[in-house]
Order: sequence, then structure tokens, then C-alpha cells
Amino acid sequence: MQFALMIYHTPEEFDMRKNDYTDPRLGAWRAYHKALVEAGVYVAGDALEVPETGTTVRVRDGKRRVQDGPYADTKEQLAGFIILELPSVDAALEWAARCPGAALGAVEVRPLAKEALRRGFTG
Amino acid sequence: MIDTVNGSHQEDSHRVVERVARESYGRLVAYLSVNTRDLASAEDALSNALVSALTHWPQEGVPQNPEAWLLTAARHSLIDGIRHQQVVLAGEPALKFLTKTSTENTENTLSPQFPDERLKLLFVCAHPAIDPEMHTPLMLQTVLGLDAARIAQAFLIAPKTMGQRLVRAKTKIRSGGIPFEIPQEHELPERLDAVLEAIYAAFGIGWDDMAGADHRGRDLAEEALWLARVLLQLMPGQAEVQGLLALMLHCEARRSARRGPDGRYIPLSEQDPKQWSPPLIEEAERHLSEAFRQGGPGRFQLEAAIQSVHAERARSGRIDWAAIVLFYDQLLKISPALGTRCGYAAAVAEASGTEAGLAALESIDPDAVSNYQPYWAVRAHLLQRLGKTPEAADAYDRAIGLAEDPAVREFLLRKRG
Repeated sequence: MQFALMIYHTPEEFDMRKNDYTDPRLGAWRAYHKALVEAGVYVAGDALEVPETGTTVRVRDGKRRVQDGPYADTKEQLAGFIILELPSVDAALEWAARCPGAALGAVEVRPLAKEALRRGFTG
Repeated sequence: MIDTVNGSHQEDSHRVVERVARESYGRLVAYLSVNTRDLASAEDALSNALVSALTHWPQEGVPQNPEAWLLTAARHSLIDGIRHQQVVLAGEPALKFLTKTSTENTENTLSPQFPDERLKLLFVCAHPAIDPEMHTPLMLQTVLGLDAARIAQAFLIAPKTMGQRLVRAKTKIRSGGIPFEIPQEHELPERLDAVLEAIYAAFGIGWDDMAGADHRGRDLAEEALWLARVLLQLMPGQAEVQGLLALMLHCEARRSARRGPDGRYIPLSEQDPKQWSPPLIEEAERHLSEAFRQGGPGRFQLEAAIQSVHAERARSGRIDWAAIVLFYDQLLKISPALGTRCGYAAAVAEASGTEAGLAALESIDPDAVSNYQPYWAVRAHLLQRLGKTPEAADAYDRAIGLAEDPAVREFLLRKRG
């Protein structure tokens, strides 16, 4: 079964990225990634740029609406995602708890949609 | 004047409801379900009784015997429930039992003599036919009255899922014929061990060490200690029950020493013994020596003995690692769990040198430890001591990546350098 770990950061965590990537806390992320790979559960994942760099697009009544910033105006914002291959949601929650992002912000665990539906999307 | 009286009256009765609920919950659930095996109904009836108490007691005053009052109210609720269900065949014996006993006037007697059936309840919760993962959650709910959401937090499970699993386990108890009884002599050690394991699982601290091993704080230490004390009260003189209690008390004694003023993680060997709690250590030692007097120490007594040697540092200023290795030797013979093997390796490193410790660690099957944080923490620590810097950094990364406690993660990041 595949699960998405969606990592939400607080503004303070996003600020960490401004320090030329020398913040020692980055070591925790590198270690976490390593543990996922060594455990053989890592499928894919990546980090996103800070929310201010986002642009949100909608099309309504044939008109384009473009808006600066992220989709949702909340304090905690999506900062990255990880896809894991795991036997159960219990295991996914365990990995979510180990995620450095869980200590300050939040990590949402959600199963990927069922194979049949995904094939419907991707053909 | 009257208002003030009523005000404090109301406050008092709320507090009494809370206290009685805490002290009597398990006794009442056990007694109400011992014949029907229907835990869910017993819990529902008791919670109806508690709600009823919250409305009646402030107006009518707290009854002389609050527990008996709750029992009567819960019985009435159970009878109503059974009548509503109109379960003619299945419900009849239960109904007879309930109506028979509920006619006894228990409201005003000072000590209602209803038997304490909690021991049977504890054995039911940890019955081999029930998923071991559910032993502890069942105990916490039926004996202590913790709600599914709170239990879910502690066990890192979605609250809705925990609720469903608890319902399923209770259905199995009711319909699967799991008897409410104290196991026979020949199966007692094994069955008791399951009960002890379940209590210890609530405690959460797997292994208190020097290298920065992550202990998954279940935040239920108080509940676990309470359960162990209840169990000891119900089975006085059981050495392993005393061993478990001693082990948890030793760990609990160090709670405040485990964190610096800034929230920093402090490993056991660097803790200031002055921060340990002398009364808890004293209580632990008393239970342990009583248990040891019975001879043939079991797993929990040996684990407690290891913690006792650490506690001795408060007096002697040193750690007798040779003694710790000896206790681990015995422990490995009965319980070669991963945590024990890692603890043994760490102790050997102190007693006979880092190389010997690393060799002991490397004798563990690598597949078994790939996600086991304490293994990597000890390994990193030992490799660093041997000056094997790149290998140590690698092991530190694994330990950091598998850690859940942010303070432990920070500690390991600092050590990794």
C-alpha cells in the first residue's frame, strides 16, 4: 500500500530555509530520508519552495483567475511530500511521528487512491 | 448563604463523582460484566450512572456510599438496556442475575460487599485469543475508563480506528466465549506474563540508556503504575508483579532528571542523581527485595535489578557495570528481545571494553534492527568511541532518522557533530 506523508510547516520552519541551508536542523531531515531509504519504504518525495512563491490559478465561467500565494490562507502551509510503500496505516503513522516536520508543524498521512482510480487518471 | 452552601455542595459532589469514577470504575465494570461478558454494555451502563450522579448528587447530596449508589444506578440502566433490546434468549440469564442482585438494598450500607472481579477482567483483556496489540488499550478502557481518543493518542493510531478495534475486541470477548476467570496454576505464569506485558506497554519507556535511545513516551506512566498497584493488591506476593512495579518506579524516579532546564535530553549516565526521586527509588527497592526473596527471578525482576544498579550511583557515585552485565546474562536467557541485546552490548562495552561491546552488538541479526532506533544509537556511540568517524556518522544518521522524540534527535545531532 502506498501512503502520502504531506508535511506542513510553520512560518518559523520555512524561515530555516533562508539561512543558506546551513541550519543544523537540516541534518535531521537528511537522516530521516536516509532511514526511509535504508528501510526500503521510500518511493518518492520532494520539498516545495516557500508558500509566497506559489501562484493559484482558477478558471471560472471561462475566465482565468490568478492569485498570488498559496491555495489556502493558513498559518501552516504545505512544504513537501513523501510517498511511502508500507504494509499498513499503523506503519505510516509511525514514520509520520519520526518525521522532523511532525515536531513543529504537522504531517498528514493519507493513502494514495486505489490503483483502479489512479489508472483511470493516468491511463 | 443557601446559595453558597449549594455552590460548594455542587462542587464537592462533582469532585466526588470524579474520585469515585477513578477509584471504582474498573471494580464496577468488572462486577457488572463478569457474568454477561458484555463489557460494552457494562461501560455504557456505568457511564449512564455517572451522568445520573452528576445530576442527582448536587441536589440530594452525595450518598453515604457513592460506589453502591453507582452500582445500583448502573444495574438499572443495564436492565433497561436489556429490556429495550428484548433479547429474550441471550439476555435472560443476565436479566435474572441483575434483577436478583439489584433488589438488595445497597444504597445505604456502609460497605457494599461486592467482590472485586478486576483480576478476572485483567486476564480477559490480555487473553491469548485477543490481538496482543489490543491488550493494553482494552485494559486502559475497561479498568481505568480512559476514552478511545486518549488511548489512540498514546498508541499513535487514528482515534476512529482505535474505537473500532476496541469495539471489535469487546465483541470477541462477549461472543467468543472468553471466560472471566483466573487462569489455572499450570497456565498462570504465561497468562500473567501477558498481563504484565500489557501494563508495561502502557508505561512506554522501553529502555533507559546512555546513548540517546528514543523512548516512545506513551504518556501513560501514571496509569501503568496504577494498574500494576491494583494487580499487586489482587495478587499479593507475586514476585514478577513486584518486579514490574519496581522497574517502572525506578524509571519514573528519573522522570525530571531526563530533561535539562532548557528541555535538552540527558542520557541516564549523565543525569544528576540528586534529581532522582528518593521516595520512588525507596519504594522500588522495597518491592524488588521482597520479590528477590522468593528466588528464581523473572524477566521484570532482572530488568528492575539493572535499574537498581543504576540507582545505586546516587549513593556510590559509580556504576557497577559488571553487575549489570551479570543481570543481562540472566535476562538474555529468558527474554532475548532486541532491547535486551542492545542493552547488553552497551553494558559489555562499559565493563569489558568498547570492542567487546561492538562485537556483541554486531552479533544481532541486521535485518531485525534496520528500523530499531536504540541499536543505531548504541552503535553510533561505540563507533565514535573507537574513532571510526565515518561509520559513526552513518549510524548516527540512522539513529536520528528513526528517533521520534525531538529532544533525542537534537541530542544525537549534537553528538554526531
